[in-house]
Amino acid sequence: MTTVAPVRSGQNLSSQGGDVVVRVRHLVNRFGSKTVHNDLDLDVMRGEVLGVIGGSGTGKSVLLRSIVGLHSPNAGAIEVFGQNISVLPRAERLKVERSWGVMFQDGALFSTLTVRENVMAPLREHTRLPAQLMRELADLKIRLAGLELEAAARKPSDLSGGMRKRAALARSLALDPELLFLDEPTAGLDPIAAGKFDELLRSLSSVLGLTVFLVTHDLDTLAATCDRVAVLSDGKVLAIGRLDEVRRNPHPWIQEYFSGPRGRAAAR
Amino acid sequence: MSTSATRFQVEAADGGRQVLSIAGDWTVWTITLVEERLRSARIRPDAILDVSALGRIDTSGAYLIDRAFGALEGIDDPITISGEHPSIERLLAQVRQASPAAPPDPPPTPGFVALVSRAGRGAVDAWREFLGLLSFIGETTATLVRLFLSPRRIRWRSVVAVMEEVGLDALPILCFLSFFIGLVIAFIGANLLAMFNASVFTVELVSIAMLREFGVVLAAILLAGRTDSAFTAQIGAMKMRQEIDAMRTIGLDPMEALVAPRLIALLVITPLLAFAATLSGIAGGIMAAWTSMDISPQMFISRFQEVVPARHFWVGMIKAPVFAIVVAIVGCRQGLLVESDVVSLGRRTTSAVVQAIFLVIALDAMFAVFYYMLDV
Repeated sequence: MTTVAPVRSGQNLSSQGGDVVVRVRHLVNRFGSKTVHNDLDLDVMRGEVLGVIGGSGTGKSVLLRSIVGLHSPNAGAIEVFGQNISVLPRAERLKVERSWGVMFQDGALFSTLTVRENVMAPLREHTRLPAQLMRELADLKIRLAGLELEAAARKPSDLSGGMRKRAALARSLALDPELLFLDEPTAGLDPIAAGKFDELLRSLSSVLGLTVFLVTHDLDTLAATCDRVAVLSDGKVLAIGRLDEVRRNPHPWIQEYFSGPRGRAAAR
Repeated sequence: MSTSATRFQVEAADGGRQVLSIAGDWTVWTITLVEERLRSARIRPDAILDVSALGRIDTSGAYLIDRAFGALEGIDDPITISGEHPSIERLLAQVRQASPAAPPDPPPTPGFVALVSRAGRGAVDAWREFLGLLSFIGETTATLVRLFLSPRRIRWRSVVAVMEEVGLDALPILCFLSFFIGLVIAFIGANLLAMFNASVFTVELVSIAMLREFGVVLAAILLAGRTDSAFTAQIGAMKMRQEIDAMRTIGLDPMEALVAPRLIALLVITPLLAFAATLSGIAGGIMAAWTSMDISPQMFISRFQEVVPARHFWVGMIKAPVFAIVVAIVGCRQGLLVESDVVSLGRRTTSAVVQAIFLVIALDAMFAVFYYMLDV
């Protein structure tokens, strides 16, 4: 029997149920009278880079916050690594939290700490590595994220926006997570930096087998990094699949999104 | 893949080359077990890496291996790998690319030198702070003069909003505090004066103390604590979110839009608050006198009218606008000095309150000396 596997282009992926890393079912989120998510279903497969797009206010960030447990939804179930984190006891929940990394839109770096200390913070909290090794690993992550080491001793407020993004990525990579949540990682970066970021993300995800949940508006990032694309609209996932499949979807918003001048430029 | 114990082994193979065989999981969670031994294992850069028993590995594990092969000493030969593993080669390449030079520890400064340099820096900072305050007072005065020359530009709407927030909302807590201070003064006086059979002088004690000092000082200290922190936090948050910069670019002067309304509001509201504080302090005194000294309220008030000259009221009240200026200027100035990080917001809020309270008390002492010399 042939089941139609969700489409992916990644390596060594299978479509078994056990390979769903994040499973969202019947998610409902309301703010006052405004319904952001209405019975939303979404699966994120192991090893894939899933790009989530949608117009402003369609709840991309709220979806991310719901999955990582920062926002408790009005209804629905969310499983990460097969566990419903909202009901897990503290210790179990910690285990799940240690295997994901989250990068917030504005970086959300701790402003009292230097960049190196920011990256060391998860290591300090969760591992018992010697201090010297922790510093070395932090520096490695900082370099991996594409920052020069001069930035390591500086405070986040002394960095430019692009550097803050990289520092935030370095912190989210600190524990070598299996699952990475990125909220608009390339917004506000110049095209060269954004291109490097895409490259970095691609190589990290293939080398480390990362699963990435990527909220973005950047069509180039979408084309360069994502295995699948999910389009949020009207509180639901309007379309999900490979970029070229989603692009063919006749829905007017999708057509406008991809066929506008920017969409066409990115497609080339 | 198996999750067998993290371990490694170094042996000499034929041809004299070392073989480093690694086994088990090498991730950030497990490498503590082998870190120290691997560091002291003296792997030669030309050794062969055997990965046939390797389980999972992440960048931290790869870094450890790369370091063992001398990456930190600047050796950049590719590592010879034997055995099959899905990701080790690419991981090592990735890590090698990003491998940092060992960060040097900053040299520790000797304790005494650090102490002296801190003390010196503190003194210089205090002096600069004083100069900064003076120049801000000048700037504010210039703004106020400009505003009074063209009163249309005064933002009455924000003046009234500030008045409500710092005046009306502070009234209950201020009256409450002042009432109890009046009560306490009366009790202290009553015990002391009863020894000379002069309990009735409690009326003078409470009235003069409240009129000259406590009413206005209490109001000013409450404003310094309650209002200054709010001023600094409001303006500071605006500064952090670049709202102040935005105002400047549209041609709004922050001195005019933010500082002046607060100053004007405080100038109006502080005397009123001081007056309310004085009244409720005296009410506290009346209460104490009535309950424990058999001085009835009527008696208290008629004696108050007879023996307490009105100048005491003016002596106290004239301080109110001065304190208002101090509180408003310190709070707004510290708010405008906030930088783009959270730490400076906290530090500025603290120094606003500390400076304002300090200045209020110091100025009050100067007033007291001044009045003493003038004999009022």
